[in-house]
Amino acid sequence: MVRNENEAYETFIKGIWRDNPVFVQVLGMCPMLAVTNSAINAVAMGGATLFVLVGSSFLVASFKQWIPKQVRISGFIIIIATFVTVADYTLLALVPKVHKELGAFIPLIVANCMILGRQEAFASRNTVRLAVMDALGTSGGFMVALFSLGAIREILGNGSLFGVDLFGEHFEPWVIMILPPGGFLTLGLILLFFNWVTQQKDKFIEQVAEAERVATDG
Amino acid sequence: MSPDKPPEAPAVSSTRLVLTLALAGLVSGIAIIGIYEATLPTITANKARELREAVFKVVPGVTQMQKLVYKDGELVPTTATEKDEQPVYGGYDADGSFVGYAIPGAGPGFQDIIGLLYGYKPDQKLVIGMEILESRETPGLGDKIYKDAEFVANFKALSVEPEIIPVKKGQKSLPNEVDVITGATISSKAVVRIINETHTEWSTRLPQPGSEPLMTAPEQAVDEAQ
Repeated sequence: MVRNENEAYETFIKGIWRDNPVFVQVLGMCPMLAVTNSAINAVAMGGATLFVLVGSSFLVASFKQWIPKQVRISGFIIIIATFVTVADYTLLALVPKVHKELGAFIPLIVANCMILGRQEAFASRNTVRLAVMDALGTSGGFMVALFSLGAIREILGNGSLFGVDLFGEHFEPWVIMILPPGGFLTLGLILLFFNWVTQQKDKFIEQVAEAERVATDG
Repeated sequence: MSPDKPPEAPAVSSTRLVLTLALAGLVSGIAIIGIYEATLPTITANKARELREAVFKVVPGVTQMQKLVYKDGELVPTTATEKDEQPVYGGYDADGSFVGYAIPGAGPGFQDIIGLLYGYKPDQKLVIGMEILESRETPGLGDKIYKDAEFVANFKALSVEPEIIPVKKGQKSLPNEVDVITGATISSKAVVRIINETHTEWSTRLPQPGSEPLMTAPEQAVDEAQ
C-alpha cells in the first residue's frame, strides 16, 4: 500500500515538473502560444484541458479491456471529443466572455497531442487510479505553464493581472508581448530557463557522485 | 511498460470492432445531446441579454425594443426567428414612442469578419452609437475599434450624408468624418465601410421618418405569452 501511495504521488508530481508537458516535452504548443495573452484566458484553457484529460484518462483506463487494440485510437478520440464538446458548451453557458476570447481553441483541444499521448502512453496501460493521477499531474503541469506564460504576457503587455491594473497611468504597455511574437519570445526564454535549471541540477548530482566516489576510494 | 511498442494485438473479429466503435459513438452522441439540451436555455438567454444591452447602448434613451424585419416592401415587427433573416431593432422610450433603430452590420476587417451594431436616427440621418459585437482584430492594435473611447465617440453624432468618410486622426472637421486610429487604420476603416454599406442597403427599406412601426405590445406581455 505504501508503495502504491508513493507510486501515485510520483506519477502526479512527474507531470508537474520532471515531465512537464510544455517545458520538457514541448507538447500542446498551439493553445500554449495562442491563448496565453491574458492570465484569465490561460487559466480557462488550462481548466478545460484538465477536465478533458482527467475525464478521458478515467474512461480509457476503466474500459481498456473492452477496447480492441485495433480501434483504440478511434476509441480514444471519440472519448476525448465528447469531453471537449461538454467543456465547450459548459464554458459557452457559464462564461460567454471567456469563451469568445478562446474561440476556436476550445474545440481544438481534441487535436492536442498531449491528451491523446497520455491515453496511448499511460492511461491504456495502467490502473484507473494511476491514470487519473497521471492526468491530474500532466494537466496540472500544463496549467502551470499556461498560467506563467499568460501572467508574464499580461503583466508586460497590458500592465494588468486578471484584468486588475498593476502599474497605473505611467506604465507604457509592451504591446508586442500580447501579440504572437511575444508568445514565442516568452516561451523561448522560459524553455531556456528550464533547460538551464535541469543542466545545473544534473551537474550538481554528478559532482556529488564524484565526491562520494573520491571519498570511498580514499 | 514499453512506450515505443504497442502491446501485441490479439485477433478480433471485425464485427466486434464495428460494434465497439458504434457503441462508443452512440454513448458519445447521447452525452453531447444531453449537454446541448442542458446548456441551450442559458446560452440563448445570454445571447438575448447581450443583444438587448447592445441595443440600449447604441440608441441612448431607449427602454424597450422590438425586432423588425423587412417583408413585402415594409418593416414589420416580429418575435419569430427565421433562417437568414436580416433584422433591425426598433428602440422605443418608456411611452412607446420611437427613438431610433439599432442596425446590425458585418464585413471583413483585418483578421476576420467584424460584426457590429449601430444606432441610427432616421429623421436626422445620424448615427448615434456603435458597438462591436464580434471581432478578432489584433489585440492591442485593431481591438481599439471597441477599446478606444475616443474612436467610439466618433459615432455618437455622425452624419451619413452623403457617406461616412474616414480621415487621419485629428483632422475630423465635418459631421460625416471619422478620425481613424493610428496603428489600426485597416480595422477602423473597415468599421466605417461596414456602416456605409449597411446604411446603403437599409436606407431604401426604412419607412419615412415619422411612420416607423409602433411598439406592438409592452414587453412584459410578450414575455408572459412565451
